[in-house]
Amino acid sequence: MKNHAWRPLAVAIGAIALLLSVRATVVPSDFGVNGKNFTYGFHRKGSIDDWKSFKVKYRGKEYCRDCHEEKVAENMSSPHKVIECENCHGPAVDHPDNPAKLAIDRTRALCLRCHAALPYPQSHRAEMPAIDPDAHNPKQACVECHNPHNPNLEAM
Amino acid sequence: MTEELIVHGLDWTIKDGFVYPNEFIYWSIQIVMYPYMTGLVAGAFVLSSLYHVFGQKDLQGIARFSLVFSLALLPTAMMPLLLHLQQPFRGLNVMFTPHFTSAIAAFGIVFSTYAMIVLSEIWFVYRKYFVDQSIALKGQGGIASALRRALYLTLTLGATGTDEAALAIDKKGVKLLAAIGIPVACFLHGYAGFIFGSVKANALWMSPLMPVIFIMSAVVSGIALCMLTYIIIMEYKKLQATLARGRGDETVKELGGVEMDVIMKTSRYLIGFLVAAISLELLDLIFRGYTAMKSWDILRDVMFHEDFVKIFILQFGCGNALPFFLLMLPRPTIRRMVVALALVLFGVFMMRWNVVIGGQAFSLSFEGFMHYKLPLIPHNLETYKEGLFGALTVITTPFVIFWGINKIIPSLQKV
Amino acid sequence: MNASRRRFLQTAIAGGMAATVPLSALRLLTPDEARASIGSDEVRWAFLVDIQKCVGCGFCVKACKTENEVPYDVPVSRTWVERYVVTKDGKSHIDTPMGGRDGFTSGKVQEEEIPPEEITKAFFVPKLCNQCVNPACVQVCPVGATYQTKDGVVLVDRTWCIGCGYCIMACPYGVRFFHPVTKTAEKCTFCYHRISQGLKSACVQACPFGARQIGNLKDHDDPVTKTIMTQRVGILKDEYGTKPQVYYIGLDERVR
Repeated sequence: MKNHAWRPLAVAIGAIALLLSVRATVVPSDFGVNGKNFTYGFHRKGSIDDWKSFKVKYRGKEYCRDCHEEKVAENMSSPHKVIECENCHGPAVDHPDNPAKLAIDRTRALCLRCHAALPYPQSHRAEMPAIDPDAHNPKQACVECHNPHNPNLEAM
Repeated sequence: MTEELIVHGLDWTIKDGFVYPNEFIYWSIQIVMYPYMTGLVAGAFVLSSLYHVFGQKDLQGIARFSLVFSLALLPTAMMPLLLHLQQPFRGLNVMFTPHFTSAIAAFGIVFSTYAMIVLSEIWFVYRKYFVDQSIALKGQGGIASALRRALYLTLTLGATGTDEAALAIDKKGVKLLAAIGIPVACFLHGYAGFIFGSVKANALWMSPLMPVIFIMSAVVSGIALCMLTYIIIMEYKKLQATLARGRGDETVKELGGVEMDVIMKTSRYLIGFLVAAISLELLDLIFRGYTAMKSWDILRDVMFHEDFVKIFILQFGCGNALPFFLLMLPRPTIRRMVVALALVLFGVFMMRWNVVIGGQAFSLSFEGFMHYKLPLIPHNLETYKEGLFGALTVITTPFVIFWGINKIIPSLQKV
Repeated sequence: MNASRRRFLQTAIAGGMAATVPLSALRLLTPDEARASIGSDEVRWAFLVDIQKCVGCGFCVKACKTENEVPYDVPVSRTWVERYVVTKDGKSHIDTPMGGRDGFTSGKVQEEEIPPEEITKAFFVPKLCNQCVNPACVQVCPVGATYQTKDGVVLVDRTWCIGCGYCIMACPYGVRFFHPVTKTAEKCTFCYHRISQGLKSACVQACPFGARQIGNLKDHDDPVTKTIMTQRVGILKDEYGTKPQVYYIGLDERVR
């Protein structure tokens, strides 16, 4: 009788063969070392394209200028020119198709992001024109007095 | 169907001080269970191998039992992982595309190899029994007997010879596999330790001693569990004999004698590994305090304030020092043994807890803490899987599996 | 020991060891794959943060969450802003409420009122994934779900990640987390989908004060590269050997 000591090994090899055949159907064919080396580049190559085709949401001020030229011009002549339209209005995405309208945020919280006074001399924060939110018209929306696109403090 | 937005870890993490926004206790109770269960597997196997390889005749009684119990623990060891993974159905990816620079990927391969070794060794030990059963069940009527016979025939893998030569091959196979199995079991648990010890980002885990500490405490837990289960089973047998034949009967005394003999001999090995485990852990602690690296301030805060009770009272005190003392006392009794063994198992569990949870008790900023609140009563799938009931599910499963396996592969009597 | 027994043992041991060789790891590279692994020499992305310019407005965090579809109302974010207020008694008061998503509008740090005259220095520190040259997170991924692109960005394959969390534990900077919806590992990608088509990262575009900039280290005319090469810049936690590629102008020793 042949040596039966090899039987468990045969079962083990069978199990590995089964695993490899399942692997052949499950693992995408572009999976492998697709970069620097095995340590840092072992992945499915198609994943990079997945990420490259991720939808862009924020379009930037130049995109807004096409239709909203006046507003953009007004904004560009003020200190608020450094702020992107989408910072306050949300991302354009495919506006005007989708979404048809962008949000208009009139809350104090939006303005206080920069203009709540904080005494931090090593930060540009201390150089911002700022107010104490609890003392300066706490119940009113900022936009009631200040034009967010061109807040002309001198004209007030 | 709207999915409840669950930030994994938010439910059971309480942040204190300055903690980075994305930091939570991501590795919770199931990651404590995982090295604990694999440690029991490795330890049970090493115990059985001490008999089969080194001919430690005093361990004959417990060897067969611990081998089969180690088999019952194997599938259980995968459970904590499946309960923890955020994508459990992709768990097999580790076998399909193992990234070997990761200790977890290597662990998957080593664990599978180890499983094959345990299964093969059990096959060699029980092959004759399978053959005998397939012959004994021949001709017996009924579906149940036919199915059982078919099962045993399959388990023989077609090797039905029971002559001297065939049995000699079986014996050689057992010895070889038990021998190979010991370094693989050490490798297995060394790897578990490496999973933590190689994480340079974690100030508590990062240590070259971690793999060795894990191996030692794994063997300790495995031996202790086998001893404890063995005692429970022997006590049950004594109870059965007492009920059948009265307390002073010879059978009961004989069982008691055998039980005490096996336990005493096994406990010597337990003490040895326990001393090794304690020494390494103390070395790690002393070293950290002495070198006082950047992380020492926060680590000291965690170890000596937040987790003082868990580390020094529960783990080192109740889980190491006290059972060591109990094991060394003269005139041992089974009752004292049971207490010592239960404490040892508790101690190893606390060690896993203090490493896994303790390593996440402080923020990467070193300026804040994270307190772990184990979810007790689950209110969703997440708090079940990573909560008390998830852990209880894991710890009870090996006994259920063992009960089932024992019906096919009886491990408590000589076959 | 007689000859046949010795042979049996030898072949058994060899066979046993062979059984442990993971066959799935052995694969011959096609010529294309071999070429790809050598790498492109044109781009290596790097980031520049100017700590003095950051005012803590949080528009970057808001933009990042929206651009990258990270749920707005959960406390995790691909990028965040930390506030450091150092007082005369030498204590650091550090916070990052919701990652700075709503900016910093109160002087209270972790519920503690800090009198302005006690402040010796205070500033804001934006943080994001450092896209390290030797990313520890990539090294520990068990399945090859996270990887480094040729231009240096570390990405996660959402279809392959098993959600084990090892990468999250391995990152020394705490930039990774589990995405609450996809249930896979998530982190800042420098807005790879934007920079690959010539746009700026969402946070870079959103920042009104130019505190955040992105550039190509391989282009020596890139203003970001010129700054990194000629000015004094700092990096976070260099002791881990990860070689982070986010550079800070005005980095303070108090920054954690």
